[in-house]
Amino acid sequence: MDLNVLVCTLVAAPLLGFLINGFRFRSENGIIAGVIGTASVITSFVCSVLVWLSLAQRPEAARFLRLHLFKWVEAGDFVANIGFIIDPLSVIMLLVITGVGSLIHLFSIGYMSHDHRPAKYFAYLNLFIFNMLLLVLGDNLLLMFVGWEGVGLCSYLLIGFWFTDQEKAAAGMKAFITNRIGDAGFLLGIFMLFIASGSVDFFELWQWAPSVTESAWLSPVTLACIFLFIGAIGKSAQIPLYVWLPDAMAGPTPVSALIHAATMVTAGVYMIVRLNPVFIVAPNAMLIVAWVGALTAFFAATIALTQNDIKKVLAYSTVSQLGYMFLGAGVGAFGAAMFHLVTHAFFKALMFLGAGSVIHAMAGEQDIRKMGGLKKKMPITHLTFFLGWLAIIGVPPFAGFFSKDEILWLTLQSPLGSKMLWLIGGATAGLTAFYMTRLMLLTFWGKSRVPKEVHPHESPMVMTFPLMILGLLSVIGGWIGVPHVFAELPGIGGLFHHIPNILEHWLDKSLSPIPGIAEASAALEFSAMASTLLVVGASVIAAVLCYSPKNNLSERISLKFSGLHRLLLNKYWVDEFYFSRIINPLIECSRGLWLYIDVNFIDRMTFVAGDIARGAGSFMRGLQNGNVQYYAFYIVAGVVGVIMMCSQW
Amino acid sequence: MPNLSVIANVGLGHYLVLAAIIFCIGIIGVLLRKNIIVMMMSIELMLNAVNLTFVSLSHFMGSAAGQIAVFFIMTIAAAEAAVGLALVVLIFKKYGEVNIKIFERLKG
Repeated sequence: MDLNVLVCTLVAAPLLGFLINGFRFRSENGIIAGVIGTASVITSFVCSVLVWLSLAQRPEAARFLRLHLFKWVEAGDFVANIGFIIDPLSVIMLLVITGVGSLIHLFSIGYMSHDHRPAKYFAYLNLFIFNMLLLVLGDNLLLMFVGWEGVGLCSYLLIGFWFTDQEKAAAGMKAFITNRIGDAGFLLGIFMLFIASGSVDFFELWQWAPSVTESAWLSPVTLACIFLFIGAIGKSAQIPLYVWLPDAMAGPTPVSALIHAATMVTAGVYMIVRLNPVFIVAPNAMLIVAWVGALTAFFAATIALTQNDIKKVLAYSTVSQLGYMFLGAGVGAFGAAMFHLVTHAFFKALMFLGAGSVIHAMAGEQDIRKMGGLKKKMPITHLTFFLGWLAIIGVPPFAGFFSKDEILWLTLQSPLGSKMLWLIGGATAGLTAFYMTRLMLLTFWGKSRVPKEVHPHESPMVMTFPLMILGLLSVIGGWIGVPHVFAELPGIGGLFHHIPNILEHWLDKSLSPIPGIAEASAALEFSAMASTLLVVGASVIAAVLCYSPKNNLSERISLKFSGLHRLLLNKYWVDEFYFSRIINPLIECSRGLWLYIDVNFIDRMTFVAGDIARGAGSFMRGLQNGNVQYYAFYIVAGVVGVIMMCSQW
Repeated sequence: MPNLSVIANVGLGHYLVLAAIIFCIGIIGVLLRKNIIVMMMSIELMLNAVNLTFVSLSHFMGSAAGQIAVFFIMTIAAAEAAVGLALVVLIFKKYGEVNIKIFERLKG
């Protein structure tokens, strides 16, 4: 089929699903709404696969296509089109969004079966997919921004889906407002980039970027990149704007899996990789990206150590893993960042859906202290979650191992990275292994602490099937990016000669090479890999020891370091800090403006203007009283007046 | 034998003043009386005052144009009276009186 038709179909299908479900949003039939929603996304997925196949048949240099639909904005020099960009990078995102999206839609049919507004839910979910596709496919920054805002809106609507609960509605607002701060930065970045280059079109930006040379902090491209990164900080929940993502877990769990783990929050990473020729010429901005990413990865992981809500643990884990992606992007390893984006989408969506399955089985209970021993009750959920666990802590040959290792290795190797960043990344890998093992131990293993009135049961097929597919992907997903170094392995290295690094070849033409990267040494790469694995192994053992039922080591540790434990349990008091230093002063300031400036000046001015109009009106209304004789009198008076005036003339 | 020279002395000015007086009486009638029929009679007075000025000017200026205008006015006055009286009859049928106050309820 024609490529253009395919692309239009894959964008239009979720929009159609949104419209159909949106018009019948009062419907309470979850099956029909779910089938409409899921079918539209599966249509998109099939189209994405076809687009991918037809792109793969082309020669490498001819894989950058543009589908121009129409001119959108034209003002002076500024031109923005509605057009789609089809290249290896966007196709990867298409496959992830529609593939994982289809599975999560399918899962939602089961998860939302007891909800009384399923059509509304699926309409929002389809609208999200549509906006995400717009974000990914847009061929200029402005169109990307439209999708960027659209996914933010859908995120808000879905976090607050159960808006009758005050707390959940507040979480939605928090996400929306926090994202506004980032979006303002993103817009400023677009403006600055336009001023510097004269275009917002990706193709033109790519051609223009290599001609830029700058090293100062305040030079335009560096500033533009920093502002764009502020946008990414908001959307992808990095320090200091990460606070909305853990609260976003108030939404339905499949939403957390789709929007707040697999797709929307990775938009920031995608944006940076999309603009990699621009970012690579601004090394100072790259430094900020790398450090913010590394610090976020570390701090979010430490918070995850002490959380007791199964979804909160996964949320902080997501923040932490997103930090890894930015670390990769910041050191110039754009391919590794994309790789981790893809594998993370698989295993984190899997874990969220697994958590959803557990919550569904536990009748809404999310506290892992009240779980335990679910392994026997929910064998499929346990098995798939187990695979996700292996993938996220980075056990070879599961998905997370390859992508995380590539990021860490390139952090060490790239001239943009440093040993310090690598150490932080390695420590984060250890923390990740610890909190994930803790989650497994408290949820699935050990003795049951389930309250007597709850009877956990395995979820229906419609929910376990997506888990199985994602479990499979968590196992094999990493094999698209097997590093070349394995060919050097003594003994069995020959086996790896035939495994190409598929992802690297696929993205080869889309990514700028890291400038001045040193020749890789196999021994160094293996020792880096081994040290990470060692840290991970030690952390798993430590976690097992801490939370084994025989001793109460975890309690003793938390008592001994009670200060540190309280610090982590309260998430470094960041929310409290924001409230006391930023939000409350802002509210006080607004209240002052309202009570003094608004009431005394602006309101009074409008009241006076209103009184004048009303007074004039009431005088004129008195004239028009409906009595014919008064009207006749006005006519006579008018005639007399005119005659008198004429006679004086 | 009355002195007919007074009649001979009646000039244009007298006619116009008489017309003006009749016209003012008509205006006052329209403005002050509440009975619709009386108001219509007052309107007829005003129209005829105008007719009088037309005729007298026509006579004293030796032109027939004013008299032609008078015929038009009389025709229109007849039509106006027909319509107006029809309204009055209907109002009387509905409300049992012909007070102009009844029309106040037509205001917006």
